[in-house]
Amino acid sequence: MAPETLEFEEPIAAVLREIDALNQLPPTDARDRQIEALQRRIQTVRAALYASLTPWQRVLVARHPARPSLEDFVKLLFTGFVEIHGDRRFADDHAIMTGFAEYKGQPVLLVGHVKGGDTKEKIYRNFGYARPEGYRKALRAMRLAEKFGRPIIIFVDTPAAYPGIESEERGVAEAIAVNLREMMVLDTSIVVLVSGEGGSGGALGIAVGDRVLMQEFAIYSVIPPEGCAAILWRDASKKIDAAEALKLTAPDLLKAGIIDEIVPEPVGGAHTDPAAAARLMDDVLERVLGEVTSLDRETRLRLRYEKFRGMGKIGIDFVDAE
Amino acid sequence: MAWFKKTHKPMAASTKVKASRVPEGLWVKCPDCSQVIYNKDLTTNLNVCPKCAHHFRIGAAERLRTLFDDGIWVECDKGLVSTDPLQFTDTKPYKARLQASIESTGLKDAIIVASGRIDGIRAIVAAMEYAFIGGSMGVVVGEKIARAIERAVDERVPVVIVCCSGGARMMEGALSLMQMVKVCGALARLDLARLPYISVLTDPTTGGVTASFAMLGDLNIAEPKALIGFAGPRVIEQTIRQKLPEGFQRSEFLLDKGMIDLVIDRREMKAVIATALRFMGAGQADAVPPPPGRELVAAGRDDGSPKSHA
Repeated sequence: MAPETLEFEEPIAAVLREIDALNQLPPTDARDRQIEALQRRIQTVRAALYASLTPWQRVLVARHPARPSLEDFVKLLFTGFVEIHGDRRFADDHAIMTGFAEYKGQPVLLVGHVKGGDTKEKIYRNFGYARPEGYRKALRAMRLAEKFGRPIIIFVDTPAAYPGIESEERGVAEAIAVNLREMMVLDTSIVVLVSGEGGSGGALGIAVGDRVLMQEFAIYSVIPPEGCAAILWRDASKKIDAAEALKLTAPDLLKAGIIDEIVPEPVGGAHTDPAAAARLMDDVLERVLGEVTSLDRETRLRLRYEKFRGMGKIGIDFVDAE
Repeated sequence: MAWFKKTHKPMAASTKVKASRVPEGLWVKCPDCSQVIYNKDLTTNLNVCPKCAHHFRIGAAERLRTLFDDGIWVECDKGLVSTDPLQFTDTKPYKARLQASIESTGLKDAIIVASGRIDGIRAIVAAMEYAFIGGSMGVVVGEKIARAIERAVDERVPVVIVCCSGGARMMEGALSLMQMVKVCGALARLDLARLPYISVLTDPTTGGVTASFAMLGDLNIAEPKALIGFAGPRVIEQTIRQKLPEGFQRSEFLLDKGMIDLVIDRREMKAVIATALRFMGAGQADAVPPPPGRELVAAGRDDGSPKSHA
């Protein structure tokens, strides 16, 4: 079956339909050559499409159901993964996964959102909407890494923190807030990778680190474009304008100094070739992790503070200073 | 054809008073108990209804008057103003919204930071202004709070933040979001310096403000019946497709759930804050040197509980 295509990938879908039609014909050399030509055509069309994605199209790519998740990267980049569960307070949240693994022979702690693949998994993972327990579990695991001096690698991919009654009752805001404060002073190396949807506070709650990297077609936003459109335009269908205005793409965020580096993706997005996406990620991750772990602790913590402290320097001006 | 035609709409009874708006005019009707109150009486009562104790929303300057001795303070970082970093435009340009708010409030952004005395104790107070784009936190608000906290660390004085905000400011995008980290990082340093931080939560305190400094006080004190939450009630209703229970996300609900330390009437607020600050050793700060062995990383953080700093 042809992989799912997004709405703006209609030119690709059209060629895929042609290939499907040809596949119905009796196999001949001529038919096979035609199919091959069409497949090459898909490559060119895809490269052209992805070379100039609009912000809204990037939102769709970032949310692609086949986009490689932490579960995929665990298999592609790490060995010996052992998941650890629970916040030792209330429950185990399935939307955030934590565990030990080895990266290039070095023990690391992995933390990240998981949205789930098929419907059953999606329900189990609550579609990646974490509850307070998830943030508290993450902090508990990170303290373990701090205690034993292990670096932390965090994958961010969530629509938002779960907006439900029990989330509020158990203090999701407090759970996120505590993580922000503690991660700013957590005494070990932290590398954050925004790999899909960086959905507001729900993303930020595990996204404080010495380096914040972002995959090429990931997004990171203060509010989803649909929500922003509903509030500011009073019309949720203005989501395309909102996506534009929010400057939520990787190049925009790099320019604003919010992320440190863009991790390139294969042509057509990470979902078209997860293994290639992982290789590209590997190159950046190995280098960046090396840079961060080689810093002495005082410098690392000072630089982390200064990094976030400086965010927004370009957004303010002094007028008639006293 | 009719002989008479209504050219004007009939005079309608005024629609329901919006809850907790800043009272204007000579007489004010309490939205809770419908008592008609002489505005001057309301002001002398700190904008709390004398009959039912409904707390009217008040502005940042008014708030500072209720807290500082003799209503005297020195404002800090008054001149910071947003540059519209995203060149944001929705139905109208953000620049125009900013300008309108600057003109209507007389402030440059949604917060006043000031230094003064609370019952004789030197303190830095940051009060948020809801009338300025919903009290939302953009770069200027984040920067002013971070500076306030750093100033408090330098001068060894306590910090009080009075929250009144819809959350992060959409029009400054992810930069607004990052202010949450910036402020929480500064609060971590305040913690390590063992200085008091009191968070006062007023109606409304939601979104990114709740999920950062509002919930991190050594004490989280709420005014009665304030809306306090992370997700807005409408968003939650849409998610779970049912109506929310009465009183959900109000101060008393959060108190019951263990998320805040106490709910205090505005008329008692200053006295309670002063008592708490004295418990926390403030006021003697001028005489007491910083604790020895003050380190960036606190010793003894072991159990992951929010207040586990040594």
